[in-house]
Amino acid sequence: MNYPINIFKRNAIALVAFTAIGLAGCSDNDNDTPAPVVPPVVAPVMQDYSVTVTNLTANQPMSPVAVVAHSNDSTLWSTGMPASVALEILAESGDSSGLTDETGVNELLSGAGILVPGGTETIAISLEQADVADLSVVTMLVNTNDAFTGTTGFDLATLAVNDTSTLRVIAYDAGTEANSEAKGTIPGPADGGEGFNAARDDNDKVHAHPGIISMDDGLMDSVLSASHRFDNPVLLIKVTRTK
Amino acid sequence: MNINKLTKALFITSLMSLPASAAELEISVTNLTHGNYFTPLLIAAHDMDSHLFQAGEMATPALQKMAEGGDIADLDAAVTGAGGVTVANPAMGLLAPSAKVDSIMLDSGDMTHLSLTAMVLPTNDAFVGLDAWKIPTEAGTYTFTVNAYDAGTEANDEIINGGGASGTPGIPAAPGGDGGMNATGIMDNSNNDKVHIHPGVLGDTDMDGGVSDLDSRVHRWLNPVARVTVIVK
Repeated sequence: MNYPINIFKRNAIALVAFTAIGLAGCSDNDNDTPAPVVPPVVAPVMQDYSVTVTNLTANQPMSPVAVVAHSNDSTLWSTGMPASVALEILAESGDSSGLTDETGVNELLSGAGILVPGGTETIAISLEQADVADLSVVTMLVNTNDAFTGTTGFDLATLAVNDTSTLRVIAYDAGTEANSEAKGTIPGPADGGEGFNAARDDNDKVHAHPGIISMDDGLMDSVLSASHRFDNPVLLIKVTRTK
Repeated sequence: MNINKLTKALFITSLMSLPASAAELEISVTNLTHGNYFTPLLIAAHDMDSHLFQAGEMATPALQKMAEGGDIADLDAAVTGAGGVTVANPAMGLLAPSAKVDSIMLDSGDMTHLSLTAMVLPTNDAFVGLDAWKIPTEAGTYTFTVNAYDAGTEANDEIINGGGASGTPGIPAAPGGDGGMNATGIMDNSNNDKVHIHPGVLGDTDMDGGVSDLDSRVHRWLNPVARVTVIVK
């Protein structure tokens, strides 16, 4: 997205360098060659946003929250469609780093650490005006097989300075790992089990998460208990344009 | 501004220059659930005084028929009889879990509100419902989610026995072939006979017995159960 501006900067630098060489080459010449006009270097205009997230669940810590700036014709997921591998990794292990390689992604910022149940964190993001397009916020519910939450394709252009948009979002199921809740399959503190596994043994479509069953509610192999259950919404997101 | 943004801006400008009274709708519905089907959808544009259902009110016999057995004929007739317009069964049958039906065209004419219903299967009397959403007059794309309601007309015993007629206990079928049998049934102690938000199903992991013929690993859901996008042209 910042391609045109970079090109412009590069051209300006080249022009300045060329001019310097040109002047050096005619040091003693007092003819009236006009001094070349050096175009002013344009500082990029920045737009600043703050993204404040609150974990609304009872006992589902969330992986470091990823805030992603991307072009407005891309999304990180689409309900009813298979998850990308990067999203699968996030939803199964909490690692969001692979999202930087997704089509249209310009910038990825990550929260400071685990967002604990009841916890709130604010992540600031500053974008060049030309890069302002869509925003996604995404995090894993770590005491699950492959639940994640967030929003994708939020249009930042709708926000004027000091405007805030508040979203209450639902839990999604990446559809990439069966919700066995079994020992060894859940990376969060309730289990300490496996994170990402490339095998896809669920319906392979992103959908609304059906919720945690737990051993307390009759799933005998589950390592989860009643407090790990959740209901929607699971995450509060406030996006504010600060500058 | 790149070409793409420019194109989009021009496109939006051209949309906005259309008359505000345009009533052509393009609708898509996504089933968000993990393992539940939607029976044939009824999408209806109607006036501000009409409803397919209302939370907190008793279900009409037509709604009961839809919620317990998936039959939308009576609801459809009620809407068209009152001057509304409908699209019946746009998915040409069941809408599978996590599946989407799109490009549903509906000319709402001078009707001002939009409603939608379909039974959630396998359940006793759950349905996905949108009640009288005011159709925006401004062209644009509007996306929202909708919840599953309980018609309040049948006990949620979670027994699959083919019972789909109004007043007949039980669940008509599990279309995914993932239901159980021989359940003793869940004692539904609710006496709420009004349309209300569905409490969700319980299910169990015993496919040949237990209390429920539903599978707790497959058939549970949390609201919302569907995402609807309406493009007002």
